[in-house]
Amino acid sequence: MISEKKIEKQIRLSDLQKGDEAHIEGFEDDEGSLVRLRDMGLHDGISLRVIKFAPLGDPIEIKTRGFYLSIRKSLANRILIKKNNGIK
Amino acid sequence: MKNQVDNIIEKNKITDEQILDTANSLRWDLGENLHDSLLESIYQDAAEISEKVVTKVDEKPRYDWDRTLDRLLTSRWTGFPIMLLMLTIIFWITISGANVPSALLASFLIDTIHPVLKDAAAYLGTPLWLDGLLIDGIYLAMAWVISVMLPPMMIFFPLFTLLEDFGYLPRVAFNLDSLFKKAGAHGKQALTMAMGYGCNAAGIIATRVIDSPRERLIAIITNNFSLCNGRWPTQILIASLFIGSMVPAALGGLVSATAVVAVALLGIVLTFVTSWFLSRTILKGEASTFSLELPPYRPPKILQTLYTSIIDRTIFVLWRAIIFAVPAGAVIWLSANVMIGDQSIGEYIVNFMDPFGLILGLNGVILFAYIIAIPANEIVIPTILMLTVMVLNASGVGEGAGVMFELDDYQTYTELFAAGGWTLLTAINLMLFSLIHNPCSTTIYTIYKETKSLKWTAISTFLPIVMGIAICFFVAQIWRIFVGAG
Repeated sequence: MISEKKIEKQIRLSDLQKGDEAHIEGFEDDEGSLVRLRDMGLHDGISLRVIKFAPLGDPIEIKTRGFYLSIRKSLANRILIKKNNGIK
Repeated sequence: MKNQVDNIIEKNKITDEQILDTANSLRWDLGENLHDSLLESIYQDAAEISEKVVTKVDEKPRYDWDRTLDRLLTSRWTGFPIMLLMLTIIFWITISGANVPSALLASFLIDTIHPVLKDAAAYLGTPLWLDGLLIDGIYLAMAWVISVMLPPMMIFFPLFTLLEDFGYLPRVAFNLDSLFKKAGAHGKQALTMAMGYGCNAAGIIATRVIDSPRERLIAIITNNFSLCNGRWPTQILIASLFIGSMVPAALGGLVSATAVVAVALLGIVLTFVTSWFLSRTILKGEASTFSLELPPYRPPKILQTLYTSIIDRTIFVLWRAIIFAVPAGAVIWLSANVMIGDQSIGEYIVNFMDPFGLILGLNGVILFAYIIAIPANEIVIPTILMLTVMVLNASGVGEGAGVMFELDDYQTYTELFAAGGWTLLTAINLMLFSLIHNPCSTTIYTIYKETKSLKWTAISTFLPIVMGIAICFFVAQIWRIFVGAG
């Protein structure tokens, strides 16, 4: 059980589908743009929902803390999340 | 956490020093999450305050309306067509709305006031050259710029600001960001591009929304490919005269409009291509992050918008344009009236530039006109007309050498251009060159003020013109191979 959990890859925000709800579990590094997201209130434990993807596939629009934010997949790829419903 | 601290202070009535000590020890308890915990308590405070003082309208109906609009404006199938439609509608409203006011202003400033000024000057006994320089040169240049520039700007800028207030523009950036990212630029460049359709100088100032200096420079350098209001009259006139006239009259209007939109789209393509090129060569670097809040849609405050857009944008840009039109008017008049031998300076210059112009599928008149029109794109057509007349020594048209004017019906235009040796190739290359040449001096000045760098101002000025010369050259060669003489 425990080793399974360790080997399992962390899910990232960019892996989610439209409509998925999740909460933030961490960030990949301490780079400036991620710190900026944290300053906007998106830190560990905060919930979010994926609203849609742009017509060309990028960026992603999410709803979090009561506002709508669009971020590029390359940034979303560095946000570790855990889905809210169902099994991980 | 916050409550703990409050309690401690309350209970013990302790001194500042003791507070600091307590804070220090508590900090160790918090461990690594200090940053987050701090943020969270700030947010909690903010939420408590907001709960007490902000009145929220029932959220549900708002939410549905917003979501529906968003679905329409940013969906896979309708997002892009709607953007194209909005662009066309805004173009169409500005063009047709500006026609009548422009004509009115022109007839007032030029047909009415100009003769009055001439009479006054004659009454005061002003020497002919001064009279000509001040009234025929400088005053007419200013009158031209005002009557041609002011009406479209007063329509375009409020329209654009209304769209901004409504909340549509972030959605445009959202839709286009992927393309910009592939070109190595930033999604917000979509917004500065859109602004450039009103006035490139305003578009340059708009680039302040882009944080990364590298991406901001890309947006600045490529802004010129957005057809500013001053260039629309050139595009429309040439398209109507040369392209629309090739089809039956009923379709003429539609065909010319399509030609102009095609040129605008070419400008967009060039923006992406040039951005891509710049980000691979002189502006190499990392793609910065793109995070943009999509605000809720709001009904725009119309009166407030009209007021601010007129004061902030229209008058400000117009003022700069007038200042730069003054020397242009002087130069036009002087070049046509100062003689060397039996020819005016203007004639010498036009003849000198003719060979180079013809290689590019243009001619000497057009090149010289573009040099004179560096201050403001709107005086290109009147200058071309004046120079053509001067070169042909045509009589019965216009008011004498060096005086700018506009003809009343299309027939006379066509005859004049035919006499000047213009062909369809000339017209097409003129439209291309109008899209791809140096920015006007107002814009160049604005670029310098925003970048504070001579190097980048020079690049922004010369890159488009080098591209324009290259493109016109190739089009001319290919045309002459396939179509024959042109």
